[in-house]
Amino acid sequence: MNFMGNRHVIGWLLISPAAILLVTFTHYPAVTTFFSSLFSRGNPIRPSKFVGADQYLALLDDPVFWTVLENNLYYAIGTIPASIALAIAMALLVDRALAGTGFLRLAYFTPTILPMIAVANIWLFFYTPEIGLLDRLLNPIGIETPNWLGDPSTALLSLIFITIWKEAGFFMIFYLAALQAQSPELKEAAKLEGASAFTFFRRVTFPLLMPTTLFVLVNAVLNSFKLVDHIFILTKGGPDNASSLILYYIYETAFSFFDTPYASALTIILLLFLGILALIQFGVLERRIHYR
Amino acid sequence: MSLFKSKKLLGLALGTTMALTAGAAAAKTTLTMYYPVAVGGPLTKIVDGIVADFEAKNPDIDVNAIYAGNYNDARIKALAALKSGKPAQLSVMFSIDIYDLIEQDAIVAFDDIVSTEEDRKWLKSFYPALMENGQTLGKTWGIPFQRSTIVMYYNKDAYRAAGLDPENPPTTWNALVDAGKKLTKKDGSQWGIMIPSTGYPYWMFGALTKQNGQVLMNSDGNETYFNNPKVVEALSFWKDLSVKHGVMPKGAIEWGTLRQNFLEGKTAMMWHSTGNLTTVKKKAKFDFGVAMLPGNPSRGTPTGGGNFYIFKKSSAEEKKAALKLIKFMTSADNAAKWSMETGYIGVSPAAYDTKKLQAYAKNFPPAAVARDQLKFATAELSTYQTGRVRKLLDDALQSVIAGGKAPADALGDAQTRAEKLLKPYK
Repeated sequence: MNFMGNRHVIGWLLISPAAILLVTFTHYPAVTTFFSSLFSRGNPIRPSKFVGADQYLALLDDPVFWTVLENNLYYAIGTIPASIALAIAMALLVDRALAGTGFLRLAYFTPTILPMIAVANIWLFFYTPEIGLLDRLLNPIGIETPNWLGDPSTALLSLIFITIWKEAGFFMIFYLAALQAQSPELKEAAKLEGASAFTFFRRVTFPLLMPTTLFVLVNAVLNSFKLVDHIFILTKGGPDNASSLILYYIYETAFSFFDTPYASALTIILLLFLGILALIQFGVLERRIHYR
Repeated sequence: MSLFKSKKLLGLALGTTMALTAGAAAAKTTLTMYYPVAVGGPLTKIVDGIVADFEAKNPDIDVNAIYAGNYNDARIKALAALKSGKPAQLSVMFSIDIYDLIEQDAIVAFDDIVSTEEDRKWLKSFYPALMENGQTLGKTWGIPFQRSTIVMYYNKDAYRAAGLDPENPPTTWNALVDAGKKLTKKDGSQWGIMIPSTGYPYWMFGALTKQNGQVLMNSDGNETYFNNPKVVEALSFWKDLSVKHGVMPKGAIEWGTLRQNFLEGKTAMMWHSTGNLTTVKKKAKFDFGVAMLPGNPSRGTPTGGGNFYIFKKSSAEEKKAALKLIKFMTSADNAAKWSMETGYIGVSPAAYDTKKLQAYAKNFPPAAVARDQLKFATAELSTYQTGRVRKLLDDALQSVIAGGKAPADALGDAQTRAEKLLKPYK
């Protein structure tokens, strides 16, 4: 058979494994989720019926929805810039060829390897009042500590801190790889020109890291919406929803309240958010990034 | 899992033999039972043991026990299996899921399965307090098995150090506050009492309201009483323990770490599930006691835990076999054994009449506290739309205890929203 004459077929064959997987597990569920959000919650006695935008109207009237939305915003603002900055700082630190860097790299990367549920169980005992590690360290030197997870004003912050700790090591790997790919000649040239270390970072290193930063940013934004494992262990969204996020609320709605249509409506809102963010990231930011 | 697999293999082997001997053996009934414990947990061994005994006595019935995580997971998995056409005849699920299961048309009432006079008598053989969460619409839908209540654990050494009588723990709210004040150390190294307010706050609150003479909902599951003055008063008392009396730390108290706080002497008293009894007994380095919860003026606690349910989608034969299995597992001997090995309540008076359990309780008096408290027990919060209604109450409680909202406002809001949810069920 002459394959060359049939380039279309080959093309389709080549993308079909990925396409089939994407359609089955991403596109098809997204579309059915949308349709399910247009129906009422049914049961064998009262079958579900078409209700149009009712689920979305109910969302507007749901104070918990607004709380988790606001929380998610703070969570994103709290985790994304901080974990990226920390990742760059750690990568710069371990990029040099000093004794012990291997050990340091491993240490920075360890939080990433650990499963989030296990990590959350450890942090639960760090944060516990009176007997927790934090209180045992801080109280003897006279620092008054709040009830970290039990106080609505610190619960979300405590979760943000864990997320930064967990994610920074992962992002560091990408920055480290990018740094190692940078040519040493650049540094030598900068030295000849008499540029300070800070100027060199601001003018040379950082701009060259931008493609990596975009990639990391996309990941960080996604994670700020999908990383909720620790909530199950640490706060269950409490006290009074102070630390609940959209995805956790979707889980509660779908599996605790068995309200699939309402959970579908929430999911569509989440999808919309992520879509808009993706447009901004790829449409606006990417154009301003210098690729070699 | 390996058990499950080997059973499958066994089934296959049996099937082949049966085919070969062409009808020589009578048809076997196979039961699939979902059970809410993590695979490999210590409870699986005990359940496996009882199931094996049952199979030995009933060679015509095969039981596949599928262990399925926590109560929520077990319900999700069992209902999903039924939906996809896989067989499941019975399950232990959360006692408070009853209304949701009825609404899903997933379960049958035991009244419709029992046929003999003896069976009907068996239905009446359990502690009435344990039946409350299993009965509605005039029928019994759940049979108690893995059941618990809240009890008060207290540190007898701390009592002695504070000059309190370790054999007479407080029986009223006022006495609780007085004892708490004596036990609370100024430097913050020991609190008087901790009542957990995460995880299952509505459960703890059910105890406080019952003690104050008011329940949280009706038995039809379509009415809540969150804004009742007695309920508001109960919440004010809970908040006052930390804010006014200073005997409990401020903010939410974590369910999961509370036991550790108690074991390390950071609190002299804690309210917790009877399910902790075995662990506390093993790990406490001090002399501890277990008491019934105090009252204002009457004592009170909600029950908790899991009931047996039989699924509608099973043949008459299977329902009969499932009933047989449930009767076996809740029989006096097995209930006694189950209670001793786990700390859960023996579900019937007959279980506490067995020689084994009597001897055990004599040696270890705390084991009988939960039983004695059953006289004062009431149903756990359970309504139609139970997940949502429960969350409304949980959020209201936490907004008061950790967030500084006024009890009457928070509970009033929760009541308004709960009424809206329950309106279609009137």
